Amino acid sequence: MLVLTALLGILYPLAVTGIGQLAFPHNANGQQVHLHGRLIGSTEIGQRFTGARYFHTRPSGTTPPDNAAATTFANLGPNDVATERAIRANVRAYLHSNRPYDPGLTVSQIPVDAVDTSASGIDPDISPANAAIQARRVAAVRHLPLRTVMALVHTYTGGRGLGFSGEPAVNVMQLNLALDKERP
Amino acid sequence: MTFLGWVTIFGFALILTALALPLSRYLAAVYGGEHTFMDAVLGPVERLLYRAVGVDTSQQHDWKRYAKSVIAFSVVGWVLLYLILRTQTLWNFTGLNPMGFHSPPRNVTFNATSSFVTNTNWQFYAGETTMSYFSQMAGLTVQNFVSAAVGISVAIALIRGIVGRGGTSLGNFWSDLVRTCLYVLLPLSLIGAVVLISQGAIQTFTGYLHATGLTSGGAQTIAMGPVASQEAIKLVGTNGGGFFNVNSAHPFENPTGFTNLFEMVWVLLIPASLVFTYGRMCGARRQGYAIYSAMMVLFLAGAVVCYIAEAHGSPAQHAAGLHTGVIHGSGGGNLEGKEQRFGIAGSALFDVVTTATSCGAVNSAIESFTGIGGAIPFANLSASEVIFGGVGTGLYSILMYALMAVFIGGLMVGRTPEYLGKKIEARQIKLVVLGLLFTPLAALFSTALATASHAGRASISAVGAGPQGFSETLYAYLSQANNNGSAFAGYTGTTFADLVGGLTMLFARFGPILFALAIAGSLAGKRISPAGLGTMRTDNPTFVVLLLGVIVLVGALTFFPALLLGPIVQGVTGHLYS
Repeated sequence: MLVLTALLGILYPLAVTGIGQLAFPHNANGQQVHLHGRLIGSTEIGQRFTGARYFHTRPSGTTPPDNAAATTFANLGPNDVATERAIRANVRAYLHSNRPYDPGLTVSQIPVDAVDTSASGIDPDISPANAAIQARRVAAVRHLPLRTVMALVHTYTGGRGLGFSGEPAVNVMQLNLALDKERP
Repeated sequence: MTFLGWVTIFGFALILTALALPLSRYLAAVYGGEHTFMDAVLGPVERLLYRAVGVDTSQQHDWKRYAKSVIAFSVVGWVLLYLILRTQTLWNFTGLNPMGFHSPPRNVTFNATSSFVTNTNWQFYAGETTMSYFSQMAGLTVQNFVSAAVGISVAIALIRGIVGRGGTSLGNFWSDLVRTCLYVLLPLSLIGAVVLISQGAIQTFTGYLHATGLTSGGAQTIAMGPVASQEAIKLVGTNGGGFFNVNSAHPFENPTGFTNLFEMVWVLLIPASLVFTYGRMCGARRQGYAIYSAMMVLFLAGAVVCYIAEAHGSPAQHAAGLHTGVIHGSGGGNLEGKEQRFGIAGSALFDVVTTATSCGAVNSAIESFTGIGGAIPFANLSASEVIFGGVGTGLYSILMYALMAVFIGGLMVGRTPEYLGKKIEARQIKLVVLGLLFTPLAALFSTALATASHAGRASISAVGAGPQGFSETLYAYLSQANNNGSAFAGYTGTTFADLVGGLTMLFARFGPILFALAIAGSLAGKRISPAGLGTMRTDNPTFVVLLLGVIVLVGALTFFPALLLGPIVQGVTGHLYS
């Protein structure tokens, strides 16, 4: 048992770390984002973006939201009134921040990812439909043409694995960084 | 539902089968003691290991000796893991406890230790706020390997018993154990870990990161660690215990839609291959194909139902006024507790994969699945992990079902039942029934205990949410009894739940193992009689249907009343509970 522990518990993780750090250092260290010499986050980990100028991530079940040091599911049941209330609160907040820039926006047009909590609580992505709605707000506040913002959204939309596995997803951190570069 | 969603489900089944066929040949060579292309590298390591420990692998074990070795090895592993976890701060000198976590309490450690030694990986703790890197590596990762190897070894021993031509030998446990770790699990884990890192999984020993955030209010601490190495064996050994609390939903464990597909393949790879390996080892590949077909039918049925249910959306979403259909730029569906990059199909399929096997990893919150969508993992667990099942455990469990099917078939046509030319008699059938009923009884008994007692009900998080609370409880014990480890994660740990759960896992793991080995022992010495005209064939569609019938009947009769009270009530009503 001790011999197996040395082999499988020490040597094997060390070997993987060696390979990972040599071959894919950016990934192995969590795709960190540095800006002006300080670490601001990771493109793989969702974080809170405040202000109308930025795209916002999905609702999170962690405390506080987007807590990457203590992840948890929201565990809201499918037939639970608490779930309905939580979704309604998220809908109100979403309409509050986006309807001023999109007067025709109604509940039934909101994509589900915008008001359902993610699994990890730190989902870095939003759906293209969600991004398209938020793009109107961001373009208006930043005085950018909607076309420019949508082009950036398109650039940072990840495709499906092998063309079929998963859903297209817009990386919010990369998108916001690109926006700041476009018009700080 | 989308076309690509269906492609995901059926494409996955094709990819899996295409990879399992060649791997099964390699596995047959490994356990047949034949020469493999890995010998040049691993042969010296293997011999070194035997010499270091001082075991004689030429010795042949009968079933009692084999069982004793399994138990002795597991006991030593249990004690070692318990000590490592309880002395977590003692290992701070390695620098592998950057957050300075103290040991988890005794009851949590008891549960976690029993959980990892039994290949369950039920977690009443959150990885990133409890365990040091050292505990994850030297403690949990090691058990991920060896508990998987124990399961596979027992399955191989049962095959040897079934095909044995006289004598009592089932092989040598120590050799099976070491060869499984070295020739099977280690190479597949290495490949898996490197693939995962190349897509964005992390692997580092540095401490947690403190990020300031792009905007004010965005500051966060990001948990890090040697994730990929543990992730890979968590999948390939069907262990399922996440490095992080949210398991494979965490972007550092499962970063993209591609890795999601890869992880599902890695989970099912060995359980699927072993079925074909079985066909090869008994010299009749059609036997393997028959069992594989039965498993695949049940698997795809579950995946299809789960996908349809989740794509439909939940009553709570509809009550809040959401449109849950597919629109331009969004896949819709019940995305509550699911990640955008996986979508509905990727989440539903992952859930079916990890509950059909005893993996129990999750990439979405099962508690938030719709009633019918959530009934699928329940059904998978109720089938006692035979829809591919855990590595090894799935095969030895379905072989017990096959013996049962042969017996029932024999009764129907009025002949002495035979399986692969061996007469199945009273002793074998008694052992089979005991082996098959052990796990359901453990599950139902502990659920009853937890539902009927104050201490048990204290774990329920969905208080007042009607059937959801019962679903949480039933799922918790069903999952632990089947050594699965997935959870309706609202169910929280208490001293009561830790202890009852831990005992359930231990009983339901080692009980069936002993029965499987006893069956192997009682079959090994039997003469093989040549197949005659009246022999019931076990490699044709008729037998597949009979086997399916037995699995569904046993699972349904045992669990139907309990399932009615939980997920099925929720599935057939749009009513919301408060």
